[in-house]
Amino acid sequence: MAHEGKPENGKPMGGRPPRGFKGPRVENPGKILKRLAAYIMKSYKFHIITVVVCIFLSVICNLQGTMFMQKLIDDYITPMLGQANPDFSALAGAIGRVAAFYAVGIVAAFTQQRLMVKVTQGTLNNLRIEMFNHMESLPIKYFDTHSHGEVMSTYTNDIDTLRQMVSQSMPQFLNSGITIVGVLYCMIRLSIPLTIVTLLMVGVMLFVTKNLAGKSGSYFMRQQKSIGQVNGYIEEMMTGQKVVKVFCHEETCIEEFNKLNDELFDSAYNANKFANILMPVNAQIGNVSYVICTLVGGALAIGGGFGGVTLGTLASFLTLNKSFNMPINQVSMQLNAIVMALAGADRIFKLLDEKSELDEGYVTLVTAEEKNGKLVESDKKYTGKWAWKHEHQADGTIDYVPLQGDIVLDGVDFGYTDDKMVLHDVKLYAKPGQKIAFVGSTGAGKTTITNLINRFYDIQDGKIRYDGININKIKKADLRHSLGIVLQETHLFTNTVMENIRYGNLNATDEEVIAAAKLANADRFIRQLPEGYNTMLTGDGANLSQGQRQLLAIARAAVANPPALILDEATSSIDTRTERLVQDGMDKLMEGRTTFVIAHRLSTVRNSDCIVVLEKGRIIEKGTHDELIALQGKYYQLYTGKTA
Amino acid sequence: MLKTLGKHLYGFRKDSVMTPVFMILEVIMEMVIPLMMAAIIDQGVNGNNGAGDMGFIFKMGAFMLVAACVGLFAGIMGGKYGARASAGFARNLRKGMFENIQTFSFSNIDKFSTAGLVTRMTTDVSNIQNAYQMILRMCIRAPFSLIIAMIMSFSISPRLASIYLIVVLLLGSLLAIMTRFAMKYFGEAFKKYDNMNESVQENVSAIRVVKAFVREDYEKERFGTASGNVYKMFIRAENIVVSNMPAMQLAVYTCILLISWLGAKMIVANDLSTGNLMSLLAYCMNILVSLMMLSMAFVMITMSISSAERIAEVLNEESDIQNPENPVMEVKDGSITFKHVNFGYHKTAEEWVLSDIDLSIQSGETIGIIGGTGSSKSSFVNLISRLYDASEGSVQVAGIDVKDYDLDVLRNQVAVVLQKNVLFSGTILDNLRWGNENATEEECIRACQLACADEFIENFPDKYQTHIEQGGSNVSGGQKQRLCIARALLKKPKILILDDSTSAVDTATDARIRKAFREEIPGTTKLIIAQRISSVQDADRIIVLENGHLNGFGTHDELLVNNEIYRDIYESQTKGSGDFDE
Repeated sequence: MAHEGKPENGKPMGGRPPRGFKGPRVENPGKILKRLAAYIMKSYKFHIITVVVCIFLSVICNLQGTMFMQKLIDDYITPMLGQANPDFSALAGAIGRVAAFYAVGIVAAFTQQRLMVKVTQGTLNNLRIEMFNHMESLPIKYFDTHSHGEVMSTYTNDIDTLRQMVSQSMPQFLNSGITIVGVLYCMIRLSIPLTIVTLLMVGVMLFVTKNLAGKSGSYFMRQQKSIGQVNGYIEEMMTGQKVVKVFCHEETCIEEFNKLNDELFDSAYNANKFANILMPVNAQIGNVSYVICTLVGGALAIGGGFGGVTLGTLASFLTLNKSFNMPINQVSMQLNAIVMALAGADRIFKLLDEKSELDEGYVTLVTAEEKNGKLVESDKKYTGKWAWKHEHQADGTIDYVPLQGDIVLDGVDFGYTDDKMVLHDVKLYAKPGQKIAFVGSTGAGKTTITNLINRFYDIQDGKIRYDGININKIKKADLRHSLGIVLQETHLFTNTVMENIRYGNLNATDEEVIAAAKLANADRFIRQLPEGYNTMLTGDGANLSQGQRQLLAIARAAVANPPALILDEATSSIDTRTERLVQDGMDKLMEGRTTFVIAHRLSTVRNSDCIVVLEKGRIIEKGTHDELIALQGKYYQLYTGKTA
Repeated sequence: MLKTLGKHLYGFRKDSVMTPVFMILEVIMEMVIPLMMAAIIDQGVNGNNGAGDMGFIFKMGAFMLVAACVGLFAGIMGGKYGARASAGFARNLRKGMFENIQTFSFSNIDKFSTAGLVTRMTTDVSNIQNAYQMILRMCIRAPFSLIIAMIMSFSISPRLASIYLIVVLLLGSLLAIMTRFAMKYFGEAFKKYDNMNESVQENVSAIRVVKAFVREDYEKERFGTASGNVYKMFIRAENIVVSNMPAMQLAVYTCILLISWLGAKMIVANDLSTGNLMSLLAYCMNILVSLMMLSMAFVMITMSISSAERIAEVLNEESDIQNPENPVMEVKDGSITFKHVNFGYHKTAEEWVLSDIDLSIQSGETIGIIGGTGSSKSSFVNLISRLYDASEGSVQVAGIDVKDYDLDVLRNQVAVVLQKNVLFSGTILDNLRWGNENATEEECIRACQLACADEFIENFPDKYQTHIEQGGSNVSGGQKQRLCIARALLKKPKILILDDSTSAVDTATDARIRKAFREEIPGTTKLIIAQRISSVQDADRIIVLENGHLNGFGTHDELLVNNEIYRDIYESQTKGSGDFDE
């Protein structure tokens, strides 16, 4: 969706909770956290150890500074009061020591921050690349069962919540934890009664936080739902905007939109309200804690230093009181982000745990040449001849079978899920160079058959043989290399026209690309584009017509120069005149190649070697055009529009 | 841009004003508390000649509690108003954009991509909402807090406070410089980020192509580069941002040490009290936290500027097709006249998309339109219902220029079934009633019978109550087209335009639909764009378009004799041929 502009939650900083979370319920948060930690440690062990040391150092140095405040008044200033010639050297020495501590603290903080940037961005980069590489290995089925938006949001929203957590929440937690322990230790050493007062107030703070955060959380959930609804509505209406206009439906749409929009306002307002209130409430509780400590401490100090409280201790304790409240406040603010990040990490790991496409094939495709009347592997890149290199697993002997394009389907059963078969007992023979056409109504299983031949899906029962070899034994990459495919829906990539065609064969020279375009009759329109072959295509080739896209797809298959072809003909996008151009190109392309055509047009079908009529996943008729016409069955009916 | 967005604050102006007011009140309380602290120590603990004044401590303590309560109240109110103002602002922006988009003409819509509009109404608005809340809550509060703390410090000791002033100025300029650089790198990083996301998006939707051509490794490599670029840019940008914190610390610590040293000297010289020294140190924190907030707010605002620009673009876009001032409210009949019409989508294009179209069609005629891809068939019919305006010449319906009609009246009488058609999520009946809100179920069924949609709807388990998924993804192409035709028929238009609307319907059904049109709605002018000769050959007359020019206009038989293109198409599609697809 976000082709343009900033992706959602793309912000690298700013503390607002990201909007893309789908409910903070995570199963097994501990396990996810552990796995995430292990993932980070795998690449950044040294960094993390350094970071921990740096955090320790900077907390200790800060504490030293705070302790100095106590000494400043009691040990250095008070003794000098009333002296005629006060000696400032002790104070100067103390300030010098503290300055050194501060310097170490700053360097440690700086080092820690720099390292964390590297750890965060590096981990995200590793995760992204690993996700992508894994995604490329997933079977088509995964993409059938997950919406594009869902997959995309793993890369954007989920990765982003992780960024927040790794870069901010984790060091914050560590920092706060150490600070809390350290400050608590110092507080206890200064005054136990005052420490108890402070802890009581922290209890109040935590109680209030829990309630407010809970309220805010439930509104955030509602807001998420509302955002989903509003976005869904916007997306649907923007896609159908022209239809809205044609039907003068603007008013109704505005009304419906306003209703959803107002709901979103309501939940967004409440969610943010409670989130906003949390900070001042905790700050003021902190202030109250401060006041109470002053009163109690003041009373104790005046009462003759009871419990060891002096004016200096009190001043120093009050600083500790603030240093104690702050990290608690910060940790409570991070909790939400962490829960969301764990939910994100969960989805990321789920994607990484998806099962890859199985490929147990061992027969490979090699270039071949004939020596002494025998086919052998050639070390040349291109000989015009290809062979299947079949290494028999039993005895290790190697056979070379010439690649011809002889494809046999024998008793094939297939279903996308095991409980519902869509193809039943499909039997089919295609001799090298033959043209096989599939005909039948939508949902009859035409496209499915072609998807089985290149193993987008695996069959449940039966066998598919390619040049006599069971396709399960052929390496998937090599199998697909030997099959050119033109899909009904053309997908183009953001790149030049030249590169889009070259997609079929990365080794093709510019001349070969142009020759392929000429073959597909795409050359003419490409030359009319603003920059010819170097024209950039964007947004899936949005600037081209359907027909032109189809021509590019054909050129792409042509440049691959495969021995067998699968053509899923576009339904209606090419007008008949252009189609004749395409047909002409395709005829040239099909010459000498085994071709499977999913045909919608008669002209494509008629001169096929075999026409296969499918209905509800079964082959009901098979034969040449003349044979099927004579049969007066389903084909005859489709062809003439008459019932026999 | 700011003016445009500012207009959409209506209804939430009060909240927008109250937020900073309460934030300032909160800041004042935060400032007062350290003052009281100093008083407690100086006059309370050290008062009464060092013996301590418990009464004074209690009095001040009470004042402090009151101050904390006022601060709490102000904080809560500020948070509440801030949330309301920003959420309301976002609501108004979405509403404003949505409403304005509804007035857009087709060419306005073409200008913004669908994805672009969706992003503007969702992500961009969220960015603005967050930035606005930040501005209301921080941008007044932080400078105010800074100034007050500065004034207080000066009132205690101008000599010591001048240290703050110098450090703040130094730090402020340092932050400004760093932010500028960070912004630059972030801008570049986001561009890389977009590229990377596009790469994922393309791979997800084109996975079959990737796999069919065994290009997984190639794509992995490409993505690795894209992701690596994002990594490098973000590291560069964030490295600058994280330098903020150590710089802040450096400033704070320098101040603390300087104040301690100089303050100690002044206390010894009896120029300063210990309480005052503590207050000064507290103000030091205040000043630096404010600076930090300002720099954060600054980054956030800068980042949302591009969002604001994109939103303003939509809000400011004026529809180039406006309703005339005294519109004609009735379309008398279904006759259509084109008078020397030229048309181009872009004013600067060298060639017209349609040039010198001059023809007239009588009310009730059935007109076929045929021509190759890019021969401007769709552009031709889109002028009739004023989806686009002719660049030159005039298009008339019932003898009146389409520009003189009320838009709704015209479009209700000229029904177009678009080539790229869309069904909306809802039941079949809901979708049909887009044509006519008040249509009874009988009327809907009637329209479906005409469009030959009745037969398959009756086969659905829920019949007319069947739920259509977004975009109509649960019905086949042919079924979708027939539903769209039925939807248009419910308008009972005087002119019905089918823009390649039966391409996925099988030949036999296509013929039945045309037969139904002929028999059931004879008075309606019908324009049928088709690829198949069989869809147009029994029309009264047929228009042949070629590269935006009128190449032929006559009956099937006439054209067979005197139009080369038509004959060519005809011969390529032998009679009786058809589609196998249903």
